[in-house]
Amino acid sequence: MPRVTYVEYNGREHGIELEAGLSVMQGAIENNIPGIDADCGGECACATCHVFVPEEWLAKTGTPGEQEASMLGFAATAQPNSRLACQITMSEALDGLVVHMPEAQH
Amino acid sequence: MDPAEPGLVIIGAGHAGGAAAAFLRQYGWKGGITLLGEEPGLPYQRPPLSKAWLKGEATAESLLLRPARFYAQYAIETRLGTTAVAIDRAAQVVRLGDGTALPYARLILATGAAPRRLGLAGEAFANVLTLRHAADADALARVLGPGRRLAIIGAGYIGLEVAASARALGGAAVVIEREARVLARVAGLALSGFLAAQHRARGVEILTGAGVEAIEGRDGLATGLLLQDGRRLGCDAVLVGVGAAPNEAMALAAGLDAGGGVAVDLAARTSDPLIYAIGDCTRRPLPLYGREVRLESVPNAIEQAKQAAADICGRPPPLPEVPWFWSDQYELRLQMAGLAFDPAEAVLRGDPDSASFAVFHLDAAQRVLAVEAVNAPADFMAGRVMVAKQMQVAPAALRDPAQSLKDLCA
Ligand SMILES: Cc1cc2nc3c(=O)[nH]c(=O)nc-3n(C[C@H](O)[C@H](O)[C@H](O)COP(=O)(O)OP(=O)(O)OC[C@H]3O[C@@H](n4cnc5c(N)ncnc54)[C@H](O)[C@@H]3O)c2cc1C
Repeated sequence: MPRVTYVEYNGREHGIELEAGLSVMQGAIENNIPGIDADCGGECACATCHVFVPEEWLAKTGTPGEQEASMLGFAATAQPNSRLACQITMSEALDGLVVHMPEAQH
Repeated sequence: MDPAEPGLVIIGAGHAGGAAAAFLRQYGWKGGITLLGEEPGLPYQRPPLSKAWLKGEATAESLLLRPARFYAQYAIETRLGTTAVAIDRAAQVVRLGDGTALPYARLILATGAAPRRLGLAGEAFANVLTLRHAADADALARVLGPGRRLAIIGAGYIGLEVAASARALGGAAVVIEREARVLARVAGLALSGFLAAQHRARGVEILTGAGVEAIEGRDGLATGLLLQDGRRLGCDAVLVGVGAAPNEAMALAAGLDAGGGVAVDLAARTSDPLIYAIGDCTRRPLPLYGREVRLESVPNAIEQAKQAAADICGRPPPLPEVPWFWSDQYELRLQMAGLAFDPAEAVLRGDPDSASFAVFHLDAAQRVLAVEAVNAPADFMAGRVMVAKQMQVAPAALRDPAQSLKDLCA
């Protein structure tokens, strides 16, 4: 199974295996990883699963869709490499993915 | 974790209770956690019940808040199909429906709310339904479909979402609302008008300013409604969607400060230092508006779950939040942030005819109180920031499509 590593704001790392087809948000929720709230349950409605994707993974994770981009535009700590974890679907190609979490999701 | 030591007990395995158990483990609670739930299944998402689930677009598994293995992995004992009947504060035990008692070191009430009933003649017919639980949604799904007409009493979010789902499934829907407009309690005039028009354009019949006198039927099944003005409407089933009342009887009986919701502070503490309450069953302060409110939303359930878990684990409380809510009807994504208490002005940004617009509600000092956005996620996000900062914004700037909201928020 492909692996993802979540890095908390304080540097703590959580490596998990995540079934292809599930979202990076679901991986965090199912493994109780702090820092991803996912208020809306994956509907791209709340921007509480904001993560930063390192440069080297950006090509593989793709760029945000229109709805996602407009939500991210107003997330407090948004960067060019911001994504909503509910919109990144796990696949074999993403095996080894690392995502970093912001200090807070509000 | 000593199994003989009383642990933390959560009454209600819904959105708030499930979230609290997870946050407690995240925040380092080492004692036992017992999650008591009246429903037969593990905690699940309710929002899809009126939307994707009704239309057969979700599975029981996709509805679950966390997968089944989660609870064993994090040592959260689930006792499902189990009803708590009383809290004995002196003995520090919860009394269960089967006559046994469960001791607690800390207790969290997360009992949610129950659909209001109207007390009408005919309300007990088998096809007069309400929608709160997964089982209710299954019963509702069975009466929807081509050739079926659903009468919906109450034009709140749940009623309108179900009307949209009924149409999507090829059936007919008629909505009867006592107030002069749909969503009268929860939306501004512009949004109400827009949504009513959208539903009508898609074949939903909406009767406002209309009271229901009785539900008529025979052989144990409703066949129609008699309105107060004497009109009769035929239907194959009825959904009563007239709001929900907090499940607070146990809290009241135990002498906790309650009534219109269990009273809690910003750490979700009740009037008993060992007892917390979270989610739809509570009445809580909202410092942003200097008021006490009862919120019924997933974000609020999660927020209060965090507040309780943080307090119990000796962590600082979460930052104050802006309440928000979403709803999906047809291809319309509604996102609302803030609450429009005593609004002085409603400012429209965008064009409702394009089905992408937002309404900003300002107070007399032009502070942004709330935003309602339709297919306008950026306006929603901007509004949320403005509400949080209690920003004063000139209506002309909000109205101007050339004015970047990002610049206004900066
Ligand atoms: C059809 C529908 C659509 C919705 N759509 C949205 C939406 O789009 N967006 C949004 O933000 N919110 C939505 N909501 C609201 C949201 O689901 C609720 O605010 C949320 O579920 C509240 O969580 P809770 O844990 O307080 O209550 P609940 O989720 O209702 O959980 C309470 C649980 O406690 C159990 N319980 C009660 N009493 C006892 C007892 N004595 N012993 C044991 N167990 C008990 C109940 O059986 C229930 O399982 C919707 C609600 C419904 C019904």
